[in-house]
Amino acid sequence: MARQGSKGGSGGVASRRAFLKGGVAAGAAAGGALATGALGGSAMAQNADNMAPNVADWSRYLGEGVDARPYGTPSEFEAHVVRRNVEWLTASPESSVNFTPLHDLEGIITPNGLCFERHHGGIAEVDPADYQLMINGLVDKPMIFTLQDLMRFPRVNRIYFLECAANSGMEWRGAQLNGCQFTHGMVHCLMYTGVPLKLILEEAGLKPNAKWLMPEGGDSSGMNRSVPIEKGLDDCLVAFKMNGEALRPEQGYPVRLVVPGWEGNMWVKWLRRIEVGDEPWHTREETSKYTDLLEDGKARRFTWVMDVKSVVTNPSPQAPLLVKGHNIITGLAWSGRGTIDRVDVTLDGGNNWRTARIDGPVLPMSLTRFYVEFDWQGEDLLLQSRAIDSTGDIQPTKDELRAVRGTNSIYHNNGIQTWHVRSNGEVENVEVS
Amino acid sequence: MSRFPELARVGAATLALSLLLAAGAASAGKFGIGREARDEEVAGWDIDIRPDGQGLPAGSGSVQQGEEVFLELCAACHGDFAEGVDRWPVLSGGADSLASEDPVKTVGSYWPYLSTVYDYIYRAMPFGDAQSLTPDEVYAITAYILYMNDVVGDETFVLSQENFADMRLPNEANFIPDARPDTPTLADGEPCMSDCKGQVEITGRARILDVTPDSDESN
Ligand code: HEC
Repeated sequence: MARQGSKGGSGGVASRRAFLKGGVAAGAAAGGALATGALGGSAMAQNADNMAPNVADWSRYLGEGVDARPYGTPSEFEAHVVRRNVEWLTASPESSVNFTPLHDLEGIITPNGLCFERHHGGIAEVDPADYQLMINGLVDKPMIFTLQDLMRFPRVNRIYFLECAANSGMEWRGAQLNGCQFTHGMVHCLMYTGVPLKLILEEAGLKPNAKWLMPEGGDSSGMNRSVPIEKGLDDCLVAFKMNGEALRPEQGYPVRLVVPGWEGNMWVKWLRRIEVGDEPWHTREETSKYTDLLEDGKARRFTWVMDVKSVVTNPSPQAPLLVKGHNIITGLAWSGRGTIDRVDVTLDGGNNWRTARIDGPVLPMSLTRFYVEFDWQGEDLLLQSRAIDSTGDIQPTKDELRAVRGTNSIYHNNGIQTWHVRSNGEVENVEVS
Repeated sequence: MSRFPELARVGAATLALSLLLAAGAASAGKFGIGREARDEEVAGWDIDIRPDGQGLPAGSGSVQQGEEVFLELCAACHGDFAEGVDRWPVLSGGADSLASEDPVKTVGSYWPYLSTVYDYIYRAMPFGDAQSLTPDEVYAITAYILYMNDVVGDETFVLSQENFADMRLPNEANFIPDARPDTPTLADGEPCMSDCKGQVEITGRARILDVTPDSDESN
């Protein structure tokens, strides 16, 4: 387990990342003396041949033509921007999770290849020609729809975040993982194209006693959850596109359910069937899992909504501060109950707060991007962000959460995150009084 | 590619026929999209079981029969006594642990309904060979798990479609509804913006536990 990367990748990336780590360590050794110049002047390994007044090869010779990259991929210099997992968390990679690299991303839309993955029986590889969606139970007629059928319904485009209810679940007992990718990376935000579930249910005809839906996945875990019919008729989508292209296999190709604002586990991937019933099913994923164990041994069930939450993505442990002077704090905020009204940021562990600047679209049940510009002269910082949503819910401190729920809940940890920025720019996951 | 080309041809013929029929048996809805599902199609996929027993197939199995199947198909991961091996899930034990520092959530200590055991085992287990067990096998394994959790004490116990819905798991009453928001909201007042707490101390560091995965480890 070598800590830093000589492994694979281009020289540029390896040396840049080596520098980031090495530079931070060296800075620490030198008593926190950081360069005050620009990032380009200090942080990256450079080749003078490419820089003024010289003329770089790429400015002189022809590059690859069109079709060299029929499906485009990121620059080789971005090879470190990947999903990562925490191997020891789970017994097998088919029943496991990896995390979105939030600290490497901007805006509110997550690139398709970087959306975290959570599978319970591996990735189902579904042939779209054989895809069927069955609707049965309390309907006038049990129905089967092909993918082509689904694409003939009127469809809509909606931007939503998806957060796993276990996001930040490792942090209930205290600071554990050094990196917002690991503490907060079970979230992504996409534009979905899909059919309102209501239209599909109406096509089968709901019986008057229809009260619950049971979406079921076509993977080898047969993922199933109980969804109240009100939600299904309100804003759920049967989606087949993410950010304009077909769903990725790991996100449920060819069809997944979208359950806006509610825990990610309910957004059943590889959707094969929806049964309509008059009672909930109490499936394994809403009894054994996705129930919130309290201190007295009682457990809350059907805790569907993802509460208001935010995190500073930069700086963060994987993205240290590199330069003194003008710097930018940025992060993400979201709420499953509505839009983000406000994000406050503190540099001193919660003593004094300033309201962050929100930039980009502010949409219900979507990620929202915030910024704070500030001047840093190498002082220790205790960074936190606190979001408030359109229902008036305020992101709580971790201690406020623990006071009402104890530390055994696993799920729905929306507590305020603290990053300790040291004088050398290094950042650590901490908790404060 | 179908492993049974003959069947695939028959299948294609049936499909063509059903497409013809579909024109007549179109949906009740306003778009006329999709076709009615045939009974045998629904029967093949409709595998869910509810606490009241809805969905249970005919069949039965004893604790002893369950032990045999469990040792053969499940014990490698879940242990001979359903106690769990390495990081694979624990299915038994954990009684009275829920309010402790280290809760052990099992079928016996935590799960509210027995139907979930049947539903989940048939749809998802054994891991990597889902929907392969017969109803009698699932009844028998479920009986064995009940026995390992001391929910039934008699190793001649037989679980069946008839007595299934009468079985109760010990923790059923401890599930309660969602009570959020359970922390302060704007209705309780504006959050503090300045001089909120005076001295701030660092009370915990991730570095101490140091469980962060190697940042260059590949997936
Ligand atoms: C190869 C290892 C393996 C084998 C063999 C296996 N399981 Fe599992 N079992 C798992 C894994 C992994 C999970 C968790 C899956 C997930 O993430 O959803 C699991 C989950 C379960 C659960 C739910 C546990 C909980 O607390 O929620 C039950 C019940 C179960 N298995 C029963 C069985 C039975 C019965 C068999 C035999 C017929 C079996 N398993 C065979 C690996 C295995």
